[in-house]
Amino acid sequence: MSAQVMEQATTGPLVRARGVRKSYGGTEVLKGIDLDVHPGDVTCILGPSGSGKSTFLRCINHLESIDGGWIEANGELVGYRRKDARIHELRPREAARQREDIGMVFQRFNLFPHLTVLQNVCHAPVLVRKESRAAARAHARELLERVGLGDKEDRYPAQLSGGQQQRVAIARALAMRPPLMLFDEPTSALDPELVGEVLDAMKSLARDGMTMIVVTHEMGFAREVATSVVFMDDGTVVETGSAAQVIGAPQHERTRAFLSKVL
Amino acid sequence: MSAVTAPQADRAAPARTASDDLDVVPLRHWGRWVAALLVGLVAASFLLSLARNPNLDWTTVGTYLTKDFVIRGVGITLLLTALAMVIGTVGGVLVAVMRLSANPVLSWSAWLFVWFFRGTPLLVQIIFWGFLAALYERIQIGVPFTGWHLVDLDTNAVVTPIVAAVLALGLNEMAYAAEIVRGGILSVEDGQDDAATALGLTRAQTMRTIVLPQAMRVIVPPMGNETITMLKSTALVSVIGGRDLLTAVQSVYAQNFKVIPLLVVAAMWYLALTSVLSLGQYFLERRFGRGRRGSAGPGVISRWFKVSAAEGVAR
Repeated sequence: MSAQVMEQATTGPLVRARGVRKSYGGTEVLKGIDLDVHPGDVTCILGPSGSGKSTFLRCINHLESIDGGWIEANGELVGYRRKDARIHELRPREAARQREDIGMVFQRFNLFPHLTVLQNVCHAPVLVRKESRAAARAHARELLERVGLGDKEDRYPAQLSGGQQQRVAIARALAMRPPLMLFDEPTSALDPELVGEVLDAMKSLARDGMTMIVVTHEMGFAREVATSVVFMDDGTVVETGSAAQVIGAPQHERTRAFLSKVL
Repeated sequence: MSAVTAPQADRAAPARTASDDLDVVPLRHWGRWVAALLVGLVAASFLLSLARNPNLDWTTVGTYLTKDFVIRGVGITLLLTALAMVIGTVGGVLVAVMRLSANPVLSWSAWLFVWFFRGTPLLVQIIFWGFLAALYERIQIGVPFTGWHLVDLDTNAVVTPIVAAVLALGLNEMAYAAEIVRGGILSVEDGQDDAATALGLTRAQTMRTIVLPQAMRVIVPPMGNETITMLKSTALVSVIGGRDLLTAVQSVYAQNFKVIPLLVVAAMWYLALTSVLSLGQYFLERRFGRGRRGSAGPGVISRWFKVSAAEGVAR
């Protein structure tokens, strides 16, 4: 994985998005998004609900199709193939292969309730990456240890707290050894006292140099960890910069109005 | 708020004397005793009337209970049930997936299939398949509109009463199973699909390893009921001479006129088989309830059968 990151470092951004547009019915929810994420970056996307930030995140691994523009991740066009002036949607199998290298953590955890914690983490490496069961288990135990849940591998998700479930979800995504991780409001469904443990796991990941794109409402996390902060509103990127710039000294009225409500 | 003060520190716990130890007398439910007595009397007199009834003729029941033709009938009944459920379940999954397809032609064909087979009585469908030769004299499989046939067979030779029975029961079950499976698939949260897809699973892998196993929890209980219903519905194929359990006893009491004892023989077998199936359903439900709250410990029956918790919970 580190070799891959090194290679990317010399070739430019790990994620590039240009003019990404997306509509639901007649409503345009993304109105031309541009974004660069470099290897090792922690990019926090802030914005009011309905600003399109989660939709944009879901476009990065092609969970949502796009209606215009393009997104590149890990050096490949995501979900599409370029042919002359047009891009054609990939077959589901090809899109699935691309997603192997893009980890994702969801607001509602979405652990597989019929599998134990260990099985949750091993499932994709064995099924998709064709890792041996023993190797996948060893790696899974290592990851569970790392998120502080080494003693919970035989539990079922329903037997864990929300914070523990979300940490398992992080380990599950990491098990595929992705060079890029997407987080979709990972702490929004948690009780206040459980938020810290999940943020700690994410901080440790950031310290290890993982490239992360995080949609969040946690201003403290953004301030402490983000290498860049993107403020989105009404389907557009309003402001981009360091945490100190965007959160500390916002240039736009809309950013200021939003921050005054959440800080 | 300063008016509200903490409780006084000098208030000691209340003292208790010997006269405070009172015996509690629960309410006596006299009505329950009377009701139980009445129902008991009715039940006892009914059972007595059966036991003393010479027409019931328990010795005849005893001699026929394990006769060869009865056992063979039980075998055919079980075979019909198993084949119909296999066709019904496999086909039902197929029809359910078609019904959920984004392709409108597939979706509507599936709807039409379910509409037809759920909308006509099973008995009518059974007779229909039994008389298939009256509709299609020959069964031909080949390239449409060319007149070239790979297979060309006499319908009556292929669709024997047993085959007709399996087709009728299986296709009918397919329609019901399709709706049950569809409901099960829809009961799985969208987030499960998202999570599996984001991990790089293909659609087929997601369906097979994530969605269907969870849908099972919703699918298994009604499919258990379907199996029990199917076992009883096989008796309907006696109208086309399906050689099942009911057909077997009918053909004998048509000759010796011991109608009641032979029907009791059949009823006892049906009851025994449905009881076994109910037990199987209980274990299946426990198996597919894994990971849900309230399914952690072993149940009464598995403790009875000494199934360990580890076996029941782990794979």
